Amino acid sequence: MANLLANIFGSSPVMPLEKHVDIAYRCTRELVGFLEAAVAGEWEEAQRIRDTIEELEHEADDLKKEIRLHLPKSLFMPVPREDLLELLLVQDKMANRAKDVSGLILGRKMTIPPEIAEKFLQFVRRCVDAAKQARKSVRELDELFTAGFRGAEVSVVSSMIEELDRIETDTDDLQAQLRAALYAVESNLQPVNVMFLYRVIELTGEIADMAERVGRRLELLLSH
Amino acid sequence: MEAQLVYIGLAAVFGIFMAWGIGANDVANAMATSVGSKALTIKQAIMVAAVFEFAGAVLAGGEVTSTIRQGIVDIDDMEGTPELLVFGMLASLLAAATWLLIASRKGWPVSTTHSIVGAIVGFAAVGIGVEAVHWNKVGTIVLSWVISPLTAGFIAYLIFTSVQILILRQEDPLAKAKRYVPVYIFFAAFTITLVTILKGLSHVGLDLSTANSYLLATAIALGVAVVGGIAVHRIQPMRKRDKKQHFYTVERVFGVLMIVTACAMAFAHGSNDVANAIGPLAAVVAVSQSGLVGSQSPLPVWVLVLGGIGIVIGLATYGRHVIATVGQKITQLTPSRGFAAELAAATTIVIASGTGLPISTTHTLVGAVLGVGMARGIEAIDLRIVGRIFASWLITVPAGALFAIVFFYILKAVLPS
Repeated sequence: MANLLANIFGSSPVMPLEKHVDIAYRCTRELVGFLEAAVAGEWEEAQRIRDTIEELEHEADDLKKEIRLHLPKSLFMPVPREDLLELLLVQDKMANRAKDVSGLILGRKMTIPPEIAEKFLQFVRRCVDAAKQARKSVRELDELFTAGFRGAEVSVVSSMIEELDRIETDTDDLQAQLRAALYAVESNLQPVNVMFLYRVIELTGEIADMAERVGRRLELLLSH
Repeated sequence: MEAQLVYIGLAAVFGIFMAWGIGANDVANAMATSVGSKALTIKQAIMVAAVFEFAGAVLAGGEVTSTIRQGIVDIDDMEGTPELLVFGMLASLLAAATWLLIASRKGWPVSTTHSIVGAIVGFAAVGIGVEAVHWNKVGTIVLSWVISPLTAGFIAYLIFTSVQILILRQEDPLAKAKRYVPVYIFFAAFTITLVTILKGLSHVGLDLSTANSYLLATAIALGVAVVGGIAVHRIQPMRKRDKKQHFYTVERVFGVLMIVTACAMAFAHGSNDVANAIGPLAAVVAVSQSGLVGSQSPLPVWVLVLGGIGIVIGLATYGRHVIATVGQKITQLTPSRGFAAELAAATTIVIASGTGLPISTTHTLVGAVLGVGMARGIEAIDLRIVGRIFASWLITVPAGALFAIVFFYILKAVLPS
C-alpha cells in the first residue's frame, strides 16, 4: 500500500554502517589466532581460521553493496552521503587487508622466524586494537545522529578518535621495531621469503592505517 | 416526508462509510508515528485514538463541517431546488468513497479531504452552475493545502531545533530532558486545549469568555504537565542500552511527551477530518428536516457523534493493521523527533479546524516530518515524497469531481424529488 508517511523515510544507513564495522573488526581479530597458528606451524588450524576470515570478509562485502544500494541520491541526510560512503569504504578495507595478510601467509606457508615471532604477534595485536577502537568510534554514529552532530556527543567521539590515533602511532613504532628485528636476521633467511615477510608486515600495518582513516572520516562528519 | 427519510438514511449510511474509511486509513497515519517510535503499543494507540478522535470530532469538528456543508456551495442560490443540494451532497459522499476505494486498491496515496472538496466543487459547478461555487472560499481552501504542510514544517523545525539546543547537545541530556520535557508537555496541552476552547466549543453550546478560556486552558495544561512530570521523573537510566550520553533513556523521557502529542494528534485529526464524512450528511439532514436550504439551522450534535463513531469503528476494524504496517516503516522517527512532528502538525491542524479549513492531516504531518529533517533530525529522508504529494493533489481533486458529477446525474434521475 502506498502511504505518504511511510514513504518519507529512506532506509537509514546508520545501523548497517555500525554492523559493517563490527564485521570488519571481527575479521581483523581472527588474524591473531591465525598468526599464532602460523608461528606454531599448525597449518590445518591456520586454514580453518583463514576460512573464517574469508567468510567475514565476504559478509562485509555483501553488506557494503547493500548499503550502497540503499543510498540513492534523492536522500536528504544530516551529513553528506559521499562522506558516509567513504567511511564505508575504509571500514571495508580493514577486512580486505586481514584477508590479504592471511592469504599471503597461508598461500606460501611462510615460516615466521622465531627471532621476530613475539614482536610480530605484538604488532598484529596492536593493529587489531586499532580496528577495535575504530569500531568503538563508529558505534557512536547513532548517538551522533541523535545529537545532530553537535555539542557534547561530538567531544565524546573526538576523544575516541584521539585514542585511535594514539594506538595507530603505537603500531607505527612496533612496525619499525619489527622491521629492524627482521633486518637483523634477514641474511640467514631465503631472500624471497624475506621479501614477502616485509610485504606481510606492510599489509598488516595497513589495517591500523585504515582504522586511522576511519577516524579521519568520522572527524569529517563531526565538522559538518 | 418519506423521500426525506430516504435521503437522511442514505446520507447517514454513506457518511458512516466515509467515516469508516477515514478511521481505517487516515487515523493510522496520525497514530503510526507514536507506534513507530514505540511510545505506545498498538492497543494503546487504538484506545487513545478512539477517545481523542471522538472528542476532537464532537468538540471541535463543527467549523470544518459547516464549511463542507455550506461554505463551498452557494446554497442561497438553491432555495427553489433544495433537492439538488441533497443529490449533490449524496453524490459527493459516494464519489469520495468510491475514489478512495479505487485508489487504495491501486495503492495510490490519496487524501479524503481533497476527494470530498473536489467532489463538492464538481457537482456544484457542473450540476448546478459555475456561479454556484464560492470560488473565493475554494481558493482559500486550496491555498491552505499548500500553507498547512509549510506551516507545520516550519513549526516542527523550530520545536526540534529548540530540543537540540536545550537537550540533545548538552553535557547531560538526560537531566535536561527531565527538566524541559514537562514544559513541552505543558505547551502541547495548552495549545490544543486553547484553540479548541476558543474556536470549537460553541458548536456544543459552550461559550466561555476569552479570559476564562485562557484560564481553563492553563489549568488543564498544568494538570497534564504535572502528571507527565511525575512519569518523567520515575524513569531510571538503563545501563544496558545506554552509552555515555544516555540517549536511550532520553528517548524514553520523550516517550512520555509523545503520549501527550499522540492524544493531540488524534484530537486534531478528529476535529478536521470528521467533517469530510459528516459535512455532506449535515447538509442533507438540514435540508430534509426543514425543507429549506437555509444556512441558519444549527448542526445537530448527533451528526458529529455519528461521525466519531464511524471513525472509531474504522480504526478498530481495519486501521490497526495500517498502524502496524506504517509504524514499522517509520522507526527513524524516535520520540524526540516524533513528538516535534506531531506537535507541529496537531497545532497546525487544530488551528485550521478552528478556522473551518478542511486540510489534509497526512500532508500536514509529512510537512512536519520534513521540517524535523531540515533541522538535521532524521537519518535519511526521501525527497521524492514532495513530488508525490503534488501528484496526489493533481489526481485526487479532478477524480473526486468527475465521480461526483456522474453520481449526481444518476441520483437525480433515480431518486424521487
